[in-house]
Amino acid sequence: MTVQRADVVIVGGGLMGSATAFFLRQRGQSVILLERDQVGQYASGVNFGNVRRQGRFLGQLELANRSWALWKRLPELIDDDLEFIASGHMRVCYREDEIAELQAYAAAPEAAQLDLQIYRGADLHERFPFLGKDVKGGSYAPHDGHANPRLAAPAFARAARRLGARIEERTEVAEVHKSGDGFGVTTTDGRQFSAAQLLITAGAWGEKLSAQFGEPVPLETNGPQMAVTEPVPYALPTVIGVYTKIPEEVIYFRQIPRGNIIIGGGYRSKPDMLNRRAYVEPRSILNQLEQMRRLVPGIDNLNIIRVWSGIEGYLSDALPVMGRSGNVDGLFYAFGFSGHGFQLGPGVGDVMAELISTGSTSTSIEPFSIRRFASSAEQRSKAS
Amino acid sequence: MATARMNTHRIAIVGAGPAGVRCAETLVAAGFRPILIDENRRDGGQIYRRQPEGFTRSYATLYGTEADKARALHDSFDRLRPQIDYRPDTLVWNLTPGQLCCVSQGVHSTVEYDALILCTGATDRLMPVEGWQLGGTYSLGGAQIALKAQAVSIGHRVVFMGSGPLLYLVASQYVKAGASVAAVLDTSPLGHRLKALPKLMARPGLLFTGLKLLAQLYRAKIPVHLGISPLGVLGEASRGVSGVRVRRANGETLTVACDALALGYHLRPETQLADLAGCRLRFDEASSQWWLDTDAEGRTSVSGVYAAGDGAKVRGADAAEHAGRLVAMALLRDLQQPVEATHLADQQRALKVMDAFRLGLAEAFPWPAEQAGALPDEAIVCRCEMISAGELRRTVSEKGACEVNRAKAFSRVGMGRCQGRYCSQAGAEVIAAAAGIPVQEVGRQRGQAPVKPLSMLTREVTP
Repeated sequence: MTVQRADVVIVGGGLMGSATAFFLRQRGQSVILLERDQVGQYASGVNFGNVRRQGRFLGQLELANRSWALWKRLPELIDDDLEFIASGHMRVCYREDEIAELQAYAAAPEAAQLDLQIYRGADLHERFPFLGKDVKGGSYAPHDGHANPRLAAPAFARAARRLGARIEERTEVAEVHKSGDGFGVTTTDGRQFSAAQLLITAGAWGEKLSAQFGEPVPLETNGPQMAVTEPVPYALPTVIGVYTKIPEEVIYFRQIPRGNIIIGGGYRSKPDMLNRRAYVEPRSILNQLEQMRRLVPGIDNLNIIRVWSGIEGYLSDALPVMGRSGNVDGLFYAFGFSGHGFQLGPGVGDVMAELISTGSTSTSIEPFSIRRFASSAEQRSKAS
Repeated sequence: MATARMNTHRIAIVGAGPAGVRCAETLVAAGFRPILIDENRRDGGQIYRRQPEGFTRSYATLYGTEADKARALHDSFDRLRPQIDYRPDTLVWNLTPGQLCCVSQGVHSTVEYDALILCTGATDRLMPVEGWQLGGTYSLGGAQIALKAQAVSIGHRVVFMGSGPLLYLVASQYVKAGASVAAVLDTSPLGHRLKALPKLMARPGLLFTGLKLLAQLYRAKIPVHLGISPLGVLGEASRGVSGVRVRRANGETLTVACDALALGYHLRPETQLADLAGCRLRFDEASSQWWLDTDAEGRTSVSGVYAAGDGAKVRGADAAEHAGRLVAMALLRDLQQPVEATHLADQQRALKVMDAFRLGLAEAFPWPAEQAGALPDEAIVCRCEMISAGELRRTVSEKGACEVNRAKAFSRVGMGRCQGRYCSQAGAEVIAAAAGIPVQEVGRQRGQAPVKPLSMLTREVTP
């Protein structure tokens, strides 16, 4: 049996894995990417498509800014159109005290590049006349926008392949081990791969692999709830999302130039991890209809033509696992983006490629280190 | 024990066509009170669609050769009505295990079930032709609904094109209603029909009805051309259809002027609800499409979920009545209820004949798969999203999408208002031809809710 060798083996062909493969090739590293199903099939392909920076954990904005700069270089960067539009993002709220929170966020030094503008009262309803009267204020991010998630990971994978990466779809990893100065990977069809460095970008399945290297993390799976309307004339270029602490009120939407309005938010569903399918809960859709009628009262004359879900991995603190392993030399992680990974995708790829090929990165990713879970894991293992 | 179960076992039937009505009738006779949910305002399904209250056309006018069967089914339903929980004008837009999500006149409700019988029927099976997005192009079924429900013709001068029994049935119904039929253009050559004769002889009566329809068309001096190849629908976006161009069997090009076109190649089953319920489908070689994988009596792969009629297996309205009775008996037997053996055997015997006949039909009026590969790149495949054959082929050649759902994600074919109902089969053929693999290997489009568009005005009313 011949062993396929590369500088880096990547396990998981979502947006993070595909983008990292691309940037590693740009840096001259040889890459093999192993994807169990099809590239971009799960969280990467089914998410809302928000290219949004505002509202993120402030310690993540440096990474989000790096990613935003890459989004701005599309489609030239990968010679493919991901339908990215920097059309602006509006984060609205229903309560006066929430406006103060939006203001505090906008004033944070980390958010300086976002050029956030706070709207309220008459100014708000003059600028966004379609918003319902319950909307009290909002934070407008003029440079944020949206793109088409179905296209993103496959396009990065094709670009990586054009640069010489090996992308192996329908290739499921059976076993991974550290061997001397590198890693050995055996797939369920008996093929063998080896590399000096290994990157786990397996999304909702990332924890299974990190646990094999003694680094379990508290990851749970969720199915996002998405719906799309029939097309109507393009009139709502700004992505709008509700800022609230009440789960049912969480709703966001974007209209694409061909006219359809894409809606997400509300309750999440529990995916069927055995068959790897996630379904939309009917109550989510009914809740979305109610919330949309509240947010944009004029929208109610449309029809929902399709709903979908997918499989996303959420860490207990809603931050991703990203960076080097705390246990094993040459092992790296980028998974569990907790429902907010799409915008970060190109940036994560760029940063991980930098980290893997140079040993360090100029962008701070310390808050996402897997080591933040190490103490609790040790305590658990001592207790058991 | 049996009585207690009968009072508590909740049986939901979806669809009040021939299968659903006969199924309900059999369950009522056994002492049950099923819930019969139907999207239409009145019973009868597509084929025996009842005219709105207040319309007074006769059965002979409305249903022609099928008048007696239509009347019998409607009469049965009327007798049944007080003994069932009938919910017309109600769309089942989604389901979860044990619960149907319904919407009726903008109000959402749920229906709990222990057993579900899907009698969801079939819709037209369509193959694109260049120009079919022009206004005035209808499906055969759509043309039939216009006539039956609204008593209107789809145009002043109508061409019927495609293949299958419905082509002749609807054309003759239009002739009978006094509409001007410009031509009937059938892609199936005579030779196929002659070859299929032995199988079609399984139902000599129906074969005779078919010949009678053909005779009616000839008598009315309607040009009927067999073995044609569609070349294009003529016209312009602003004014709609102005004609149809085909290549005749002898190689000549024929142009027929018209202002409306009814198009269809027999039927495809409506399987979305079964798909959402997790029922397995299988590829039927004879008709070259995906059908529900049921046993001979209508049990799907999911326990408690049953299916009958054209939604399970396209065998026509007569078979649907038998299958409706049979599936009810299957459920009764699963509930340890008595079933009359001769009644059961009658349905099984009748369906055996119809199985032979449907194989004959598939042979006589084959699905013209080869047309998909021959479609010009400019031809629209997905009318909702206006995606051309060329765009779809490029997702295969440039993006390597050789699987239907993958190609949908990249190209949008099947993502529009009809959710692939009209284009996904032809789309699969285009993908298969471009990839050079058999159509069953490109898979089938997965069903996604809502089964039909769901109004954003839909509200939950708490009782």
